[in-house]
Amino acid sequence: MSESRSAFWNGVRAEIPLLIGVFPFGMIYGALALNADISTLASQLMSSIVFAGSSQFVAAQLVHDAAPGFVIVLTIAVVNLRHMLYSASLAPYLKDLSLKWKTLLSYLLTDEAYAPSILKYEDEGITPVSHWFLFGAGISLWSTWQISTALGIFLGAAIPEKWPLDFALPLTFIAMVVPALKNRPMIAAALSAGLVALLAYGLPFKLGLILAALAGITVGTMLESRKSSRGML
Amino acid sequence: MNIWLVMLAGGLLTFGMRFSLIFLFGRFEVPETMRKALHYVPPAVLSAIIFPELLYPSGDLNLSLGNTRLLAGIIAMLVAWYSKNTLLTILAGMAALLILQLI
Repeated sequence: MSESRSAFWNGVRAEIPLLIGVFPFGMIYGALALNADISTLASQLMSSIVFAGSSQFVAAQLVHDAAPGFVIVLTIAVVNLRHMLYSASLAPYLKDLSLKWKTLLSYLLTDEAYAPSILKYEDEGITPVSHWFLFGAGISLWSTWQISTALGIFLGAAIPEKWPLDFALPLTFIAMVVPALKNRPMIAAALSAGLVALLAYGLPFKLGLILAALAGITVGTMLESRKSSRGML
Repeated sequence: MNIWLVMLAGGLLTFGMRFSLIFLFGRFEVPETMRKALHYVPPAVLSAIIFPELLYPSGDLNLSLGNTRLLAGIIAMLVAWYSKNTLLTILAGMAALLILQLI
């Protein structure tokens, strides 16, 4: 039992630097969800029902823009597709666990819980207690996300209404995208998605967003394949 | 639109994707093309939101200097590129917008 406890706390410790980065994000999400006219209760519960940062930001933006429900759901799914990769990558390390554990750890499987855990497992292999590490990382992130959301909702309610707080959402997205534009396929993906979004802006149901995302993903993937088939870096 | 229905469906889909391959281990592999494509999801989706936000501030294309959101957005992009700091980017962009609106 003490071995599982120490694995748990190792997971929590490995997660701490990430928690510091996540905390302001949770607060911003809380404040913005409220600003997008999502009720206090729904804003808070989205953090445990969806529990995936960037998709929650995107959902808040789309609610603010009065997009229809199915477009919001579809967009959440597209933004969170990458979790399938994490699921695939951790699967061999979790294969002997009970269904209960698999379910719990899947629920807690975020970018921030995945990163330290996969490093740990690839580095040191697994032991019968190593799932406690992922649990420690995941549950500490989960708690931090709930608390920071609540704090953001609380503080957000105090911000004067005439402040252009809705602009903080696109700014958050800029902060996420721009540092990732390190190579040509990435830049091309971003630009082509942006351009299609402008051209298809008039489409009903905000379908332009989905179309633009697909265009960007296609362009990026094709450029990357062409580059690698030419045998370059 | 019912926000609760949206959240429930979004949450279930997200959980489903997280659970999928942990549950199906050994029975299915992620194809290489999909692995590659997933890299481009964040820049594509987020740019598709950013561009209209900056260029269509009130529903129509506005490329003039009077488009404060576009100018503030460009400032935020520069801050994001050089600082790689989320909070700083948001603060700089908000400050720029508030100042530009005063001018």
